[in-house]
Amino acid sequence: MFRKFIVLLVPALASLPAPLAAQTVKVGLINSYTGFVAQAADQGQKGSDLYFKEHEKDLPPGVKIELLKRDDTSNPEVGKRLAQELITRDHVQLLTGIVLSPVATAVVPLTAEAKVPLVISYAAAGVTIPRLSPYVVRVTFTLWQESYPMGKWAAEQGWKTAYTAVTDFIAGHDAEAAFTKAFTDAGGKIVGADRFPPANPDFTPFVHRIKDAKPDVAFIFVPAQTQATAMMRAINDLGLREAGIKIAAPQDLLPDEELPNMGEAPLGLITSGTYSIAGKRPANEAFLAAWKREYGDKAIPDFFSVDGWDGMAMIFDLVKATKGKFTADEAMAFFSHWKNQDSPRGPIMIDPETRDIVQNIYIRRVEEVDGRLANVEVATIPMVKDPWKELNPPK
Amino acid sequence: MAGKVALDLRFRGGDGKSACPLNISDILSAAVTIAFNGLAYAMVLYLISVGLSVTMGMMGFVNLAHGVFAMAGGYVLTSLMSRWGVPFLPALLAAALIVAGASIPVERLLYRRFYGGDDLDQVLLTIGLVFMSVAGATYIWGPLQQPLQPPAWLNTPFDLGFRSFPAYRSFLILSGAALVTALWLAVERTRFGARVRASVDNLRMAQSIGIDTSRLFMATFALGSGLAGLGGALGADLLAVNPGYALQNLVFFLIVVAVGGLGSIRGPFFAAILIGVTDTASKYLVPEFGAFFIYALTLVVLLWRPNGLFGRA
Amino acid sequence: MRNSGAVGIFARRHHHHPLEALPWLAAVAAYFAFPSYLPLGAQILATILFALSADLVLGYAGIVTLGQAAFFGAGAYTAGLLAAHGWGEPVSGLLAGAVVAALIGLLSGIVILRTTGLTLLMLTLVVASMLYEAVNKASWLTGGDDGLQGMQVWPIFGWFRFDLFGRTAYCYCLIVLFLCWLAVRRMVHSPFGRSLVGIRENIRRMHAIGAPVARRRLVVYTISAALAGASGVLIAQTTGFVGLTFLGLDRSGSVLIMLIIGGVGRLYGAFIGVPLYMIAQDRFSEIDPVYWYFWIGLLMVVVVVFARGGVLGLFERFWRWTR
Repeated sequence: MFRKFIVLLVPALASLPAPLAAQTVKVGLINSYTGFVAQAADQGQKGSDLYFKEHEKDLPPGVKIELLKRDDTSNPEVGKRLAQELITRDHVQLLTGIVLSPVATAVVPLTAEAKVPLVISYAAAGVTIPRLSPYVVRVTFTLWQESYPMGKWAAEQGWKTAYTAVTDFIAGHDAEAAFTKAFTDAGGKIVGADRFPPANPDFTPFVHRIKDAKPDVAFIFVPAQTQATAMMRAINDLGLREAGIKIAAPQDLLPDEELPNMGEAPLGLITSGTYSIAGKRPANEAFLAAWKREYGDKAIPDFFSVDGWDGMAMIFDLVKATKGKFTADEAMAFFSHWKNQDSPRGPIMIDPETRDIVQNIYIRRVEEVDGRLANVEVATIPMVKDPWKELNPPK
Repeated sequence: MAGKVALDLRFRGGDGKSACPLNISDILSAAVTIAFNGLAYAMVLYLISVGLSVTMGMMGFVNLAHGVFAMAGGYVLTSLMSRWGVPFLPALLAAALIVAGASIPVERLLYRRFYGGDDLDQVLLTIGLVFMSVAGATYIWGPLQQPLQPPAWLNTPFDLGFRSFPAYRSFLILSGAALVTALWLAVERTRFGARVRASVDNLRMAQSIGIDTSRLFMATFALGSGLAGLGGALGADLLAVNPGYALQNLVFFLIVVAVGGLGSIRGPFFAAILIGVTDTASKYLVPEFGAFFIYALTLVVLLWRPNGLFGRA
Repeated sequence: MRNSGAVGIFARRHHHHPLEALPWLAAVAAYFAFPSYLPLGAQILATILFALSADLVLGYAGIVTLGQAAFFGAGAYTAGLLAAHGWGEPVSGLLAGAVVAALIGLLSGIVILRTTGLTLLMLTLVVASMLYEAVNKASWLTGGDDGLQGMQVWPIFGWFRFDLFGRTAYCYCLIVLFLCWLAVRRMVHSPFGRSLVGIRENIRRMHAIGAPVARRRLVVYTISAALAGASGVLIAQTTGFVGLTFLGLDRSGSVLIMLIIGGVGRLYGAFIGVPLYMIAQDRFSEIDPVYWYFWIGLLMVVVVVFARGGVLGLFERFWRWTR
């Protein structure tokens, strides 16, 4: 619909005799370039930057977007101060980015006080965050969205007992709670719940505990980076699957850029997620082609990259539709009703009631494709809303 | 929080019903696991920390950047193997030698000026170097952890009949033991070792009997850094090789040195075993506590023996 | 200058020299000159207080510590927990935080101050680390890794709300810093303060002249802990957030570095080192978010190689050289 708008707009603009005054939309982007999630931050940033580069020319003439990037060094108090400065010193019209949900939680009260919308384009944890302020919209995913279906699926396979093992931070807690709720609601029983310290490189003792407990299935969540590889190595070394314990996990266990480092170990593993580079749709092919062009053959995107891409797409759509002139309320109204049929991850939209993302959740299995392992999408659960918000309506 | 389930059930069978938690074979199995992994971790800690102990004891230099050499060893190994396809063992050797060689100019040009000087200056200098190493590593290799791809002959489990052990860890323990033995023999039986021991004991005396302490410092520093590089390389999957390595693991290296005894060569070995096994045990038995027990242990040991287990007053 | 020589030095030390008003005038001027930098300014002022507490133990009593963050964090979490559970009054929160931090300083000091050197350094580090792990474990209370959520800080005296521009925060931090600094200055120039320098310089002789060394060290450690706790409260209240990073090694290490850059044991090292470091960090991360570590590290190496004794040490040498 917005393309039609622009098609009408361009000739109208082109026919104007005088050059338009430049309208620069300042957007503050806060990311954690240093810290234990630097890898996710890097992937997300690349996605945002790529969209920006590819679509800068699509902006109406005279309208520019200026991206002000800041490093919160993984510290929420620094992130809050940076947001404050972006608002009061740099006069940004929008905030975006943020990969750590504690940073998001610290920044969110500012959005309401200063009336500056925040588009969360990297962080996924913290289910209640959009509820904390009417000026927040999340375009990534929630851990409940990807983990709740895993719980249901595990119960449907006839598995009766499960052991959850997650990294001890908010994303892990969300994943654990989501899986547990779905699994126990379907009649399953949790026989153990472990949480490991965040910056932990060696998972052998934890996998040992799982093996000793002998559950039917192990639900495992680690942040989507090299820790995932370390976890897979421990699972492989200790023969967890050979011992008859099945594994259920969200996409974070098998991020696309880590799969090549995992050898043959993940073959056959089932995960649930929002995006895989093996997803078959034209938008994905275009995205991957642009990615390879910009970042080289060896760079592999993952779901963080696509989140960054889509977040930037949403902002661009707003700027294109309003020619860079909008109030905070107008921006929020636009965001709340935003849809995109052509995201690399499939059709996505924002739920106007919760300002959270609604998207397909894919059940994927690791199979060999063209000589390498890939997360092949074998089933689709269409347009999943955040289950936690469905189960916990606002009072 | 909605749906939070807090159960902590250890050693239970699949039916989740058993009331009596333990049986002998479970305990034994757990003990062997802990001892094995703890020992592997201890080897890595020791190889890295022994150089720091000697540097701090002999030259009186607070080298908080010691972890950088270990990190460099890890990076050299993983880069040689993944980018240039160098086989594992030669790459290990190369890592040790390259790091040892690179440490010499650092010592000559920078550290030398601060021997016997103000502790705080050394702290500032070495932390500054650590910061620069963080940026340098990020620049060259990016923020991601460098994964270690062990060679095929070390990837299959090592079956001893009653249970199988991960081969890489076994290799770590065996090669660590060999290196430690070689090191101790060198220190006890060679002239060089005698000079090192003499200088740690009493530097002035050693100088007055004609030992060229300046050359000795350089050689010792190179050896300690080379060993650290080797430890960092061998331990690349225990201590993740990433730009923040030197800062993340500094505390553990310092603990091993302090508990072992400054300047001692044997002391850090026993300290490393203590720390390695305790850390593994607490991860296995009470993972939510993190490194609490390591710190508690350090507190107790240092209050009981302020100079470390094998230190001198 | 007016009086050179020993007499002049003594005279200057005991009276308030006009130059000492400089930092305060600068701080007040900054309020008007940089209205959009006040949040950063407030954090700088609070961190100066933190560095001041470190200077007390390090520069005046000679206790090398890597565990100041324990007191900083203790104060912050105390005030934070109060604010998150219904009591958001800032000044009482400040006092509560300082008291809790002092208590922790006292108790840990009793246990560890009997050691010296590397052992003491390690023990301060270990105490801070244990507190970190304990707070992490008690995540049901403290929020663990995600930090304390839901802090509601009330306006100061019911009137001055903590606003978006950081105006209230800045003034609040400035006043607290000023009051604490007055107290520290008085203490440092008192006989107690002199004895601390004696303990730092030659502990044996102090024992020999019958000075109660252990007790003095404990007292200064506790006072320093209280100040560090107060600075933690300031950061917590002005940012509305407390997290595990308040207790980490990074926090203890960076305050030490800021102090060393400014100059240890000269009371004003904090006032120079902290703004220098924090402003450099702010600027560098804006220019190059990924590689600011390199430039900060280089700055530190340069300072140590060319400016031993920190910036104030440079000033001192320059002063002496120009006579």
